Amino acid sequence: MGGRDATMVLLDENGIRCDGRKVDEPRRIMIKAGGLKNADGSAYIEFGDNKILVGVFGPRDVHPKHMSNTDTGILRVRYHMEPFSVGERKNPAPSRREVEISKVIKEALEPAVMLEKFPRTAVDVFIEVLQADGGTRCAALSAASVALADAGIPMRDMVAACASGKVADTIVLDVNNEEDQAGQADMPIGYMPSLEKITLLQLDGVLTPEEYKKCVDVGVHGCKIVYDIQKKALKDKYFGKGDD
Amino acid sequence: MDNKRKYVIPGDLVTTGPFRPEQNVILEGDKIISTTIGISEIYDDSVKVITLTGKYIPKIDDLVIGKVNSHTSLSWELDINSCYVGFLPAQDVFGRDFSAHADELSSKLKTGDLVAARIANFDRTRDPLVTISDRDLGKIDSGDLVKISPSKVPRLIGKRGSMIQMIEMATNAAVTIGQNGWVVVSCETSEGLLKAKKAIEMVNEKAHVVNLTDQIKEMLDKKDES
Repeated sequence: MGGRDATMVLLDENGIRCDGRKVDEPRRIMIKAGGLKNADGSAYIEFGDNKILVGVFGPRDVHPKHMSNTDTGILRVRYHMEPFSVGERKNPAPSRREVEISKVIKEALEPAVMLEKFPRTAVDVFIEVLQADGGTRCAALSAASVALADAGIPMRDMVAACASGKVADTIVLDVNNEEDQAGQADMPIGYMPSLEKITLLQLDGVLTPEEYKKCVDVGVHGCKIVYDIQKKALKDKYFGKGDD
Repeated sequence: MDNKRKYVIPGDLVTTGPFRPEQNVILEGDKIISTTIGISEIYDDSVKVITLTGKYIPKIDDLVIGKVNSHTSLSWELDINSCYVGFLPAQDVFGRDFSAHADELSSKLKTGDLVAARIANFDRTRDPLVTISDRDLGKIDSGDLVKISPSKVPRLIGKRGSMIQMIEMATNAAVTIGQNGWVVVSCETSEGLLKAKKAIEMVNEKAHVVNLTDQIKEMLDKKDES
């Protein structure tokens, strides 16, 4: 990371990207459910070179009390990047970017979780990015929904997330850090595959209406790949390998 | 029934058709979708999912084991291993002629005491009201507390109490199971106590194993010989 080669080829004539992937190929994804003993639910994800740990607490008492809602439980999300997660030390204080990502992840999870069953409580989601390599919000969102399911929070569906984007005038799946910096557009998508609903959609860049539609389709396809891995992670933990 | 059982995670389709959605499932169009990790069961007219995770949510008439957290001059607060605290009014213990000046709450129940209680009332607007004025309820004087996951309590009890009866018979222990996942084991012999505790912890760890009853039985019998 760090210094970037200005003449780096993002997409060669054979349709191979700078890290050797095809245009519709996601990075290597590994999710592990559980792992943190003291949290009610937890998950660890490796999404390419991203490494993210998520812990979920709750439902539990709300402090400060005035934040509680008598009609429903509340969801609180903290997205935090470790100082060592990027090339140059990051100040551990929450930055403007982290506050925003915390908010978008919270809002992407809210349609899925059914907190109306737990009035006057809070569910806390703590996301720690141990190593970042582009697309952390998608990886974090995918891991957070696994951790919520692990904690036994009732959910309408899991939220799977994956980014798509435009690199060298081509729509590609799962943009990495280099493509994010040098590419033309980046579109993180959060998607509930069983309900076929999108819960997160951001776009940084310029796309034509046709490209936009294609980009969404490609991203949703990526989310379905992530969803299968999320399901496998939970089934491995709860039902043992090779069951079902 | 067994062929209708299925492992599900949130978002999984349990079945389609005219069924009544019960615990841990929602109806989306004509699809019945699980909302939790668990085992789905389809009955003649209804569908439910038995959850494998999650905290204890109080239900009226549940027997729970509580730990006294603190008290005011009018009531105790019990930790019932839930996101809500159990509320035990003083009248319940002292009777209707309770007087806040004359009676000292800590003379009956002190902080840290274990109590077998029943959820008397609970709705979404208030904390659960518990009572100990019933047979077999009240302060627990002896025994060891074992904490298990509340979702595994039905497994520990077994079909019509088969699992817990087996453990009690084999070890001569008396086991009080709270629906909130707290279990009090008391036994006259220390071997029986240890064995019963081990069996309960085994149920907690291996709740999803199919022939768990046989495994527990084997474990209980093996220790007998040695």
